Amino acid sequence: MEEEAGAGGKVKKFLYVNRKAPYGTIYALESLEVVLIGAAFEQDVSLAFIGDGVYQLTKGQDTKALGVKNFSPAFRALDDYDVNKLYVDEASLRARGLSAEDLLVPVEVVSTERMAEIMEGQDVVLSF
Amino acid sequence: MKLGIMVNEGPYTHQASDSAYQFAKAALAKGHEISRVFFYHDGVNNGSRLTVPPQDERNIVKRWSELAAEHKLDLVVCIAAAQRRGLMDKSEAKRHGKDADNIAPGFRISGLGQLIEAGIEADRLVVFGD
Repeated sequence: MEEEAGAGGKVKKFLYVNRKAPYGTIYALESLEVVLIGAAFEQDVSLAFIGDGVYQLTKGQDTKALGVKNFSPAFRALDDYDVNKLYVDEASLRARGLSAEDLLVPVEVVSTERMAEIMEGQDVVLSF
Repeated sequence: MKLGIMVNEGPYTHQASDSAYQFAKAALAKGHEISRVFFYHDGVNNGSRLTVPPQDERNIVKRWSELAAEHKLDLVVCIAAAQRRGLMDKSEAKRHGKDADNIAPGFRISGLGQLIEAGIEADRLVVFGD
């Protein structure tokens, strides 16, 4: 599972699992901060969105009335950091009346079984 | 086995720090190595030396400091999370013009890169949180 990176360091498969709604708690924002910093380490990065975590990717987020920063545009920048494997749990989307068209970035919608396989294939799983 | 540990919740409110501590102690007793304990989110509050729990309760911060001293553990508090929540060492306090610092012995403040590095270097990164 480990290969040599160009810089001579190890490359591991990192999965960030996002389980919480974007606002109400700080987990989603601070998870994204880890992803952005982590991108500099040139690891093999994937993101998973399950449960209320799928709300993090919804289009048209407006936080003005909440008085907190809308950080959802940062998800559009992930591709610039070579973070482009985003997996969204299909059942979580469906349970919330959402589909891939409601999301602001291209994702791979996967079954819960497939999500389990994706997790199984990782070296490091960070759960937020 | 070389282990990294991540603690994502503050002391007393949540079990995470207790569980991480018990896990760390048990792992060390079995002869495993703990390369780093990284404190994130409200977990940074585990590094405040100003906590004064009732005397008949466990002292979570002191317990981490003592474990670190005994086993030369690297206890790292995330700088970005710490700044939001008012956890400072001397140089951070000076840099931000604050009149006090509060970091506990054995803890140090550093960046998120230390978490990624722990994930790369350790055989397993174990996350304790909500």
